[in-house]
Amino acid sequence: MSKGRYGIHGGQYISETLMNELIKLEECYEFYKKDPEFNRELQKLLNEYAGRPSLLYYAEKMTKDLGGAKIYIKREDLNHTGSHKINNVLGQVLMAKKMGKTRVIAETGAGQHGVATATAAALLGLECEIFMGKEDTDRQALNVYRMELLGAKVHPVTTGTMTLKDAVNETMREWTNRVSDTHYVLGSVMGPHPFPMIVRDFQSVISKEAKEQILEAEGKLPAAVIACVGGGSNAMGMFYNFIEDKDVELIGCEAAGKGVDTAFHAATIAKGSLGVFHGMKSYFCQDENGQIAPVYSISAGLDYPGIGPEHAHLHDIGRAQYVPVTDDEAVSAFEYLARTEGIICAIESAHAVAHVRKIAANYSPEQSIIICLSGRGDKDVAAIARYRGVDIHE
Amino acid sequence: MNNKLSKVFDNPNHKAFIAFITAGDPSADCTVSYILEMAEAGADLIEIGIPFSDPTAEGVVIQEANIRALRGGMTTDGVFDIARRVREKSQVPLVFMTYLNPVFHYGYDRFFARCEELGVDGIIIPDLPFEEKDEVAVPAAAHNVSLISMIAPTSESRIQKIASQAEGFIYVVSSMGVTGVRNEIKTDIGSMVESIRKVTDVPCAVGFGISTPEQAAAMAAVSDGAIVGSAIVKLIAKEGENAAPVLREYVKSMKEAVAAL
Repeated sequence: MSKGRYGIHGGQYISETLMNELIKLEECYEFYKKDPEFNRELQKLLNEYAGRPSLLYYAEKMTKDLGGAKIYIKREDLNHTGSHKINNVLGQVLMAKKMGKTRVIAETGAGQHGVATATAAALLGLECEIFMGKEDTDRQALNVYRMELLGAKVHPVTTGTMTLKDAVNETMREWTNRVSDTHYVLGSVMGPHPFPMIVRDFQSVISKEAKEQILEAEGKLPAAVIACVGGGSNAMGMFYNFIEDKDVELIGCEAAGKGVDTAFHAATIAKGSLGVFHGMKSYFCQDENGQIAPVYSISAGLDYPGIGPEHAHLHDIGRAQYVPVTDDEAVSAFEYLARTEGIICAIESAHAVAHVRKIAANYSPEQSIIICLSGRGDKDVAAIARYRGVDIHE
Repeated sequence: MNNKLSKVFDNPNHKAFIAFITAGDPSADCTVSYILEMAEAGADLIEIGIPFSDPTAEGVVIQEANIRALRGGMTTDGVFDIARRVREKSQVPLVFMTYLNPVFHYGYDRFFARCEELGVDGIIIPDLPFEEKDEVAVPAAAHNVSLISMIAPTSESRIQKIASQAEGFIYVVSSMGVTGVRNEIKTDIGSMVESIRKVTDVPCAVGFGISTPEQAAAMAAVSDGAIVGSAIVKLIAKEGENAAPVLREYVKSMKEAVAAL
């Protein structure tokens, strides 16, 4: 069996044209991972540019209100560009530059990964082109303009369902077309090896910090860590350093859209089956002929028919559990967190908040739960207003 | 492996012309009659595309054909039925071209058993590189189906290992990027084929970007045959259910171009 396996998942199911590039990428990554100078530069960018370490905030009002575990929030929303995406992007773009690449391309769903990539490209002086589903350029118009302000070219993708999956298709096609000077900054723990590993490693800073911070605050490990899951990068980052701590529950929240029993969801673990797509073997929402199913979520960032291969494996071995959260629950949680803690979070992250509202009371006040708040919610304000039937003119 | 693919490139008097068609575009009936038409017009091998929702190696022309075929209700069993109907009238060599997921989902053994039964002698899967091929090559071989290897302009150091395990024929990818008509093919196909020949006698057919008789002749001159997809799919997109005469004429002109070599 090939490299990059997580149990039966993962692998390198990609066109021959890209294989030598993936092999080179893996070699470069293995080199830079151990290179003190690369690590110094990256740490400097993370600390002085992105604003790490991010806060671990004790949500006292929420804790009192829910009446159970102490709730902590890992504030990835406070990073520069407003989400966890910058952790991975700074690592990959810095590495791309050292590999001699002059151009980066990336897919984006909600726009957070596109904004982060455009930001890093502007800072490090690389050309940048972003592929974004037409439906997402419409619902996240502000992020499109943001990327353009940062000097990126944004291509609206009009094929297929015109969302994240189609943006990935189009970015892969573009990479096949022009690979010698271009690095594909894949935004999640998905795709062909070595991407799931590289993205996980760069995102694992989340749990590395969170573990130190919770031990400092509570003197013991949390009972559970919780994150939303689309492709699964913030969740993998939040889980990674806790995998070895068998008593810490790892909980991923999938987008159940209008409900897992409707046709309108993106709940891959709940409703998907084993398949091979976007370079990896994993679970996918698909029909009886192996055609990838159109998926739906109010959240553009979770609107993806697959899940990263390491998550699929953590599910198989029972180390992590994955639960569905509906649009309605996520929107309520979005509003709840704003009113209770004064934090407007991304609608993606609100899926994790929603699940904590359901389970916090099952724990004792001596236990703690950490929510990974993957992003801030400015981008979602207009969409939430529309969801509530409020007409906003800017 | 002893199947019809070994005979496709056997003719000492001409190189092979390989025609691609997306199954179910615009309908199963049309696909059956177009395959028969192209076989009669001289196509040495027909590649039948099993449509996939997300064909990441295809340019716009074949992407759209995939969408039309799936909207029209084409399924994996529907494609097998097309092959069955072709076999009632013709023994033209057939291979499938599709992505791994529809085959994986059907079940490898079940899929290749159907191929064997219908005389579909090979399969091309662009998202299955050398490193991952065994999970398919082994069950395919058990049913006498050749897994066709692809070699790309970026393969370089990989050519030797890919070629050494190739069977049926080698699909030489002429250009970077996805399928689609190109004005110019810049890759030095001659030297790619030369590197392959050092390792294996398995025939080499060149595809991606070929649409004119001149291009087909130029590619076939330095290899064993030319593969044309998007140009054919484009004709079908334009003519719909009435594409038979233009397909016949087109395939004849392409076959003449490679036969003159």
